[in-house]
Amino acid sequence: MIRDITFGQYYPGKSVLHRMDPRMKLVLTFAMIVAVFICHNFYALALMVVFAVSAVLLSRVPLRMILKSIKPILIILAFTAVLNIFYTKGGATYFEWWKISVTEKGVNTAIFTVIRIIVLVVISSLLTYTTTPTMLTDAIERLLSPLKIFHIKVHTLAMMMTLALRFIPTLIEEIERIMNAQKARGADLESGGLIHRAKALVPIFIPLMVSSFRRAYELAFAMTCRCYTGGNGRTRMKQMKLRAADFIALLLCLAVIAGIIVLNIFFTRII
Amino acid sequence: MREKLIELNNVTFTYEADEDGTPGYTAVRDVSLDIYKGEFVAVLGHNGSGKSTLAKMMNAIYEPTEGTVTVNGILVDSEEKGDEIRRIVGMVFQNPDNQIVATIVEDDVAFGPENLGVEPSEIRRRVDEALKTVGMYELREREPHKLSGGQKQRVAIAGVLAMQTQGIILDEPTAMLDPTGREEVLKTIIRLNREIGITVVLITHFMDEAVQADRVVVMDKGEIIADGTPREIFARGEFLREHSLDVPQSTELCRRLGFEECILTPAECVEKISSVLGGAAQ
Repeated sequence: MIRDITFGQYYPGKSVLHRMDPRMKLVLTFAMIVAVFICHNFYALALMVVFAVSAVLLSRVPLRMILKSIKPILIILAFTAVLNIFYTKGGATYFEWWKISVTEKGVNTAIFTVIRIIVLVVISSLLTYTTTPTMLTDAIERLLSPLKIFHIKVHTLAMMMTLALRFIPTLIEEIERIMNAQKARGADLESGGLIHRAKALVPIFIPLMVSSFRRAYELAFAMTCRCYTGGNGRTRMKQMKLRAADFIALLLCLAVIAGIIVLNIFFTRII
Repeated sequence: MREKLIELNNVTFTYEADEDGTPGYTAVRDVSLDIYKGEFVAVLGHNGSGKSTLAKMMNAIYEPTEGTVTVNGILVDSEEKGDEIRRIVGMVFQNPDNQIVATIVEDDVAFGPENLGVEPSEIRRRVDEALKTVGMYELREREPHKLSGGQKQRVAIAGVLAMQTQGIILDEPTAMLDPTGREEVLKTIIRLNREIGITVVLITHFMDEAVQADRVVVMDKGEIIADGTPREIFARGEFLREHSLDVPQSTELCRRLGFEECILTPAECVEKISSVLGGAAQ
């Protein structure tokens, strides 16, 4: 069940997107997420869709992986679509019954919003599919490193993020193990009201907390043994270097953003 | 005279008393032990014999309450020395999950050399070499949580190898593994010692693992009660049983069959029995 989470799951590959500098990928992903929000008509949005589709093709991440990342948001998509269809009014009326009516504007907004969310999710999951979490936290560490002048411990923050990501699957396994152990002792986790169920979780979370502290303690030992003394004097195996591909990607993204702005100006605003 | 890598002189370690009144507990009592360069030493003992605490002192994680620890001529007497010592002897722990830091195998192996400030291209070379040595090179881009226990421990060993330490201390590395994983890890350890010449200190409570070592040190109640070659140690079955330890199954079988000499491994056992049967059985 929870093991299916695709967020932060790296899909190994050697595509152009995989080999791009993670810093550039991170910055461009943010830029393109903003770009999705400045689209105001279908032409601009279409450009964004073309961009997302080409990015997917370039990454060589199989379509089924991309669909897997959309699956968890299907309910949100359905919900936003229904809300927009019935609550946004304007333009020609397609259907009317009692107090409910479906208008042109409602349908347009619904389609627009759904596509926008899908593009958003595809672009951001593409980042995590093509970048290892370590690379990503490394990139964040380097991008935030100017904050050092404010005495913010950027390296420590990045290390905490890496460790948190590393331990998510381990802790999920642990939860499953504890749940099974408690069920074997007759714990009832599935029936009863909300309060009853919440109470039933206490015997799950107490052992989880205890074992997490023990893990943290052992991990600290293990890190000390491998000469970890913080960020000072550390080198990295994987160096980050901006290459031609990164600048081409930057230019392409800037071109898409410029295109969106132009299309926004020349065509009427829908949303 | 062989060179000493680790020297323990009259070492005692007492866990401090807790605030809630739990009394302090002496885990290791007046122990002296020398580990020579290139040796493969197994430290054998049942739970609570102090063997883990002993291991942690060899790596300067714990400082002895009394006595001295010297590693490669460096006396452990301060935090900074500890760091120096951990560049000389690495450590692998029991729980494979709690010692892997990164989310990708090769990144984890690189963690040690990165901390040492090694050049990036040199780290790459060391990481590849270490992964090949433990037979995990093909899985270098995998996520550690998708590996088996034995594979995770081999990654942990590669992590120490990449730091190019002279010695490696393994604190019950196979205790949480299944038989297959245990064999994988033990084979890797033997290879490190025989082929690369790394000094190995293997803390274990499995007799069959101790048999593979050059030297076995037996601990009970915080003290060393025996020190010798596996054959010397396991010939003393009665003595071991008095200290709630066992002998390897092959040794026990041959003893019950009434053979005089001390047999250690299943292979030796097969040979001995077939020779007794007149070489007919194979």
